[in-house]
Amino acid sequence: MIGIVDYGMGNLYSLSQALKRLEQSYIISDDPGELDTTDGLILPGVGAFKDAMGLLKEKHLSDYLSRCAQTKPLLGICLGMQLLFDESEEGVLTKGLGLIPGRIFRFPGVTNEGVRYKVPHMGWNTLTFVNSQSALIQGLEPNYAYFVHSYYADLKNSNTLIAVADYYGHVPAIVGKGLVFGTQFHPEKSGVFGQALLKNYLRLVSQIDDSCSCGEEKC
Amino acid sequence: MLAKRIIPCLDVKDGRVVKGKQFVQLRDAGDPVELAMFYNHEGADELVFLDISASNEGRNTMVEVVKQVAAKLNIPFTVGGGIRSLENIKTLLRAGADKVSLNSSAVANPELITEGANFFGNQCIVCAIDARLNSETGTYKVYTHGGQKETPLDAVVWAKKAVDLGAGEILLTSMDQDGEKNGFELNLTRKISEAVDVPVIASGGAGKASDFLDAFEEGKADAALAASIFHYKETSVASVKKFLKQKGVAIR
Repeated sequence: MIGIVDYGMGNLYSLSQALKRLEQSYIISDDPGELDTTDGLILPGVGAFKDAMGLLKEKHLSDYLSRCAQTKPLLGICLGMQLLFDESEEGVLTKGLGLIPGRIFRFPGVTNEGVRYKVPHMGWNTLTFVNSQSALIQGLEPNYAYFVHSYYADLKNSNTLIAVADYYGHVPAIVGKGLVFGTQFHPEKSGVFGQALLKNYLRLVSQIDDSCSCGEEKC
Repeated sequence: MLAKRIIPCLDVKDGRVVKGKQFVQLRDAGDPVELAMFYNHEGADELVFLDISASNEGRNTMVEVVKQVAAKLNIPFTVGGGIRSLENIKTLLRAGADKVSLNSSAVANPELITEGANFFGNQCIVCAIDARLNSETGTYKVYTHGGQKETPLDAVVWAKKAVDLGAGEILLTSMDQDGEKNGFELNLTRKISEAVDVPVIASGGAGKASDFLDAFEEGKADAALAASIFHYKETSVASVKKFLKQKGVAIR
């Protein structure tokens, strides 16, 4: 069972339908207790970083996610990926979940040479695999993925980088640390490739026997 | 490298696609879901559904269509036509659309762009602009209500304003070129693409594969949309993309 973390931001329908197409059972919930009964989590999200963190805190989801990240697989998508990092400069500097070291910055919209470019980074961009050992991309060939975002992650540790895209510089596209993963693009909108990546995540979840049970010793 | 996008547009009336009759290989060429899956299979990067229903019943049917499409399609899609309120925007996005496009309602009520963008993010709000050249002044005027009503707005000025208000993309249709199959309106497309810092979709006038190349190279468009030439099988998404790839354009 997959738990889609619903904190009131973003369109969960497409993601839930993508899981349905993969014949994966899921629940959509904002209740840590309910999410805790699942084997793996997906943190979606569209919108502003600060609003999202505010809602996660309000619903006691930020503490829950931080606790469970050691034992239960977690996949953040788009803004959901950005929330995994230490902090974001979107609006005012806001603390994130701190599960992967790094900071979120806005695309400047102009290169060092003074060339203007479009923000958001919107559309299909190619991926380059940096860590092909990662379970998330096992058996996959680098392909196009669908991106829509105005902010990007600046990683502190290069060993958390799994794949990058090129948009006037390196844009971390897939990141991971332990059981915590993130994709800057939308796998649920990235055609056959995105579906295969989601399938890899679901396989990884099913292979982790230890399901987290918060309130017990190991959490 | 970020790819240029090819976007087929499907006109939907009362839940049925109009103009898709050439698709003899489909069981039901009027079924939006089946046609969407066909274009997805052909390599479309994104789809636009334009609701041309005139009645409320037709509009409600569109919400059902959006749900059905979202359940099957694994590429992004935009829904436009008859969206008048934040409530309409919410309903369509929650039904699974990735973006909504606002046209007449954005001109009548520009705050709607901001309200929508604040709620779901700029990337969800497309400002659709129908423009026509005024040959006396050499400027392009914005038209609304399916091209029926002329407004005093200059297309380039309006595009910039729409982006300032929160639009994350501009869908620019040239009414002069639309249906003519003589190629996209390159001059205006370039002007707008250079004036705004969000992606611009060129629309109206596609007749052959090289028109798309012109839209990207001369028009500086980020994406190009077409309806009839795909529906009537004058060319296919796959063959347009193949041509563009051969010309060195970044294409998925």
